[in-house]
Amino acid sequence: MALMNAPPLPPAVTFGHRHLLGIEGLTAAEIVGLLDLAEAAVEVSRKIEKKKAVLRGRTQVNLFFEPSTRTQSSFEIAGKRLGADVMNMAVAASAVSKGETLIDTAMTLNAMRPDILVVRHHAAGAVELLSHKVSCSVINAGDGAHEHPTQALLDALTIRRHKGKIAGLVVAICGDIAHSRVARSNILLLNALGARVRVIGPSTLMPAGIERMGVAVFSEMAAGLAGADIVMMLRLQRERMDGSFVPSVREYFHFFGLDEAKLAAAKPDALVMHPGPMNRGVEIDSAVADGAQSLIREQVEMGVAVRMAVLEALAAHLPNA
Amino acid sequence: MATAASPRAHGADRPVVFDNARVVDPSRDLDTMGTVIVADRRIVAAGPEAAGAARPAGAEVVDCGGAVVAPGIVDMRVFVGEPGAEHRETFASAGEAAAAGGVTALVTMPDTDPVIDDIALVDFIGRRARDETGVRVYPAAALTKGLAGGAMTELGLLREAGAIAFTDGRRTVTNAAVMRRALSYARDFGALIMHHAADPALVGNGVMNEGEAATRLGLAGIPREAETVVVERDIRLAALTGGRYHAALISCAQSLDVVRRAKAAGLAVTCGVSVNHLTLNENDIGPYRTFFKLSPPLRAEDDRRAMVAGLADGSIDVIVSSHDPQDVDTKRHPFAEAADGAVGLETLLAAALRPVHNGEVDLVTLFRALATRPAELLGLEVGRLAPGAPADLIVVDIDAPWVCDAERLRSRSKNTPFEGARFTGIVRRTLVAGRTVYAYAPG
Repeated sequence: MALMNAPPLPPAVTFGHRHLLGIEGLTAAEIVGLLDLAEAAVEVSRKIEKKKAVLRGRTQVNLFFEPSTRTQSSFEIAGKRLGADVMNMAVAASAVSKGETLIDTAMTLNAMRPDILVVRHHAAGAVELLSHKVSCSVINAGDGAHEHPTQALLDALTIRRHKGKIAGLVVAICGDIAHSRVARSNILLLNALGARVRVIGPSTLMPAGIERMGVAVFSEMAAGLAGADIVMMLRLQRERMDGSFVPSVREYFHFFGLDEAKLAAAKPDALVMHPGPMNRGVEIDSAVADGAQSLIREQVEMGVAVRMAVLEALAAHLPNA
Repeated sequence: MATAASPRAHGADRPVVFDNARVVDPSRDLDTMGTVIVADRRIVAAGPEAAGAARPAGAEVVDCGGAVVAPGIVDMRVFVGEPGAEHRETFASAGEAAAAGGVTALVTMPDTDPVIDDIALVDFIGRRARDETGVRVYPAAALTKGLAGGAMTELGLLREAGAIAFTDGRRTVTNAAVMRRALSYARDFGALIMHHAADPALVGNGVMNEGEAATRLGLAGIPREAETVVVERDIRLAALTGGRYHAALISCAQSLDVVRRAKAAGLAVTCGVSVNHLTLNENDIGPYRTFFKLSPPLRAEDDRRAMVAGLADGSIDVIVSSHDPQDVDTKRHPFAEAADGAVGLETLLAAALRPVHNGEVDLVTLFRALATRPAELLGLEVGRLAPGAPADLIVVDIDAPWVCDAERLRSRSKNTPFEGARFTGIVRRTLVAGRTVYAYAPG
C-alpha cells in the first residue's frame, strides 16, 4: 500500500491551535513547523500516489462567501490528498442572498457536523466570529483586508526553497497595500522569521500606520526595490484605477507596474512573486511574470502543500484524533 | 533712461549691462544701487560689486538712471482663452500683455475647452506657447478629470509631460475624500495642488461680499466662510497627507488667520492673493460695475487691509493677477448675471506698487511675492537676480505716473477694474532668458 512508502514525518509539530485564523498569534517555531510539514507534503504531491490517510473519514467544507478559483481548488485538492471528504459551498450564490446571516449559515453548517471549515469572507474578522460559533476547526482562507495566512505560508515556503532561508532577506511588497490581506499576513510572517520587509505603493494605497507593523514605506519603485531579494506584487482591483485611488491603468503601470527596467533595481538574483490572479500590464509586465526570475507558477504548487500541512497540523486537534 | 530699442533689435545672445540701477533681489534681501550684467541668457552679476566688474565684450550698456531692476514677475494664476475661447485671449495676446506688464513667466489655468486633463493637451499648450510668446508659459493641469471634482487626473504622467501644478481652476473640489486622496497621491510626486477655495453651497446664488454693501444693492451675498471653511478643511487634509497645498486666492482676514496658524504649525501650506484684493474693496463695485465682479468677491476694506498686512509680514506668499479675460457677451449683463473675472497681466505690477508707495510694503517684500516665492513654489530657477540665474528681469521706473486706458491694453479682452486708474510705476523693459521681449515706447 502506497501509504507505507510515505516519507518519514518531520519532527513532531507542536501546533497549539484548534483554528488557523491568521499569522498573528503564531510563534516563529509554529510557522517553521508548518513549513517543514509542507516540505514533506510537496514530496507526497509529486508522487504518482498522492494520498495520505490523515483526514480519512473527516468532512471538510469549503465555505466561500467571496468567489475564488485558485484558493478554493487548492484547499479542495489538499483535503482530498489527505483523505477527507470535501464539499464546496459557494455561499455568495445561495443562503446569504436569501437574507440569512453569517451566524445562521454557520449554525446550519455546524449541525451537519463537519470537522474542518475553510472560510473566506469579504469582511475582516468574519472568520474569527464564525469560529466562535462552531465546534469544528476553522481555517481562514481570507477575511476582508485582514489576513490570508495560507497565502503567507505558501509564499514563505516558496522563498525558503529558493533562498534557503527567510531571515535577513529584503522583501519588497508592492502595490495596493491598503486593501490587501496578503500583504498583512506576509508582513506578519516575514517579520516573525526575521526578514526585512518593505512596502511600496502610491500613498493613496498605503494604509495609515503601516510602518508600525515593522515595514519601511516607499512611494517610489526604484528606491523601494533597491537591493531587494524578493519582489512580491499585489493585484490592483479594476475599480480602484479609475481616479479614486489611482488615476488610470497606464499611470499605475508607468510608475508601479513591475517591468524589467524597474526589476533591475532589485538584486540580480531577486525573485518575483504574485499571489494571483495577475493583471498583466497593470501591476506586472508579461515579460517579468513569465521570466526566469518569476516564481509565480511555483507558488501555486506550494499552495497545495502548505494547505495540506495546515490541515494535517489541525487534524491533531480534532476530537477523537 | 537711455534705451529706445525695439524688442527685436536685441539678439538673444548679446550681453547687456544695466548700470546705475536700483537692484532688487529678494533671494538675497538686496535693495541697493548697483549694476546688473547679463550674458549667455543668465545673470552674471547683480549688485554694487557688479559696477566694477569686467563687462562682457560687445555688451549693450544701459544707464537705468536709478530705475529698479528686479526679477521678472512669475504669475501663478492666468486664464488664457486658448484653447476654446480665442476671441477672449490667445497665447500671443496674453504673452504681449504679460511682457508689457513685467510678467516673464505665467501659469495657465486648465479650465479651457477642452479641459487640460490629458498629457497631449499639456504638450499642446507647451508647443503653442513656445511658438506664440516670448514669455515663459507653464501649464497647470486639472486636478480632477473634466474638473468634475471626482476622479483624479493622471498627476504623475501629466507632471512628466510638463504640468507645473494641479488645480481645478475656478472650481472647488467639494468632496473631502477626493481632496484627501489627491493631496496624498500628489505628495508622492512632490506636486503642488493649488485650490480655489469657495464652497459652492455657501456661495449659493451670491454675487458679491455678504454685508451692508450687498444688502443696499439688493444683491445676494457670499459669506467669507464660503472661502474659510474650505481653506480650513484643506489645511487639515494637507496635515493628514503631507501634501503640498496652496490656497490660490484668499480674500478675507479670517482665511489669512487660518493660513497663519498652519504655517506656525510647520505645514507645507501657502497662499496667494490677487492684486485686486490688495487694492480694491466691495465699495468699488459702485453702481453695479461688472468688471469688479470677481471670485472670490471683493471684500470689505478691513479685509483688504488685512491682505496688505499679510503681504507685509510674509503670511501671504504670492500675488497673482488672476488674469481672466471676459468680453462683452459675458460681462455686459446685469451684475448678478455677469461672469466673474478681470484682466490683470498688464496692470499687476502697477497696482501692486500701490502699497509700496503708501509705505506699507517694501520693494523686496513686493518682489518676493511677485517673483521669488512663486518661482520657489513651482520649482523654477527664475525669480531672482543671483549670479547664474536665468536672466528673466524687468526694468521699472517706479515713480513714473500713468493713467490706465482699457482700450490700449494688449489683452484681447478689456475687462479691467482699473479703467481710468492713476498708477505710479512703468515697466521700461522686460527680458526673458536675456532676450528683450518688451521695451517701453512712450506715446
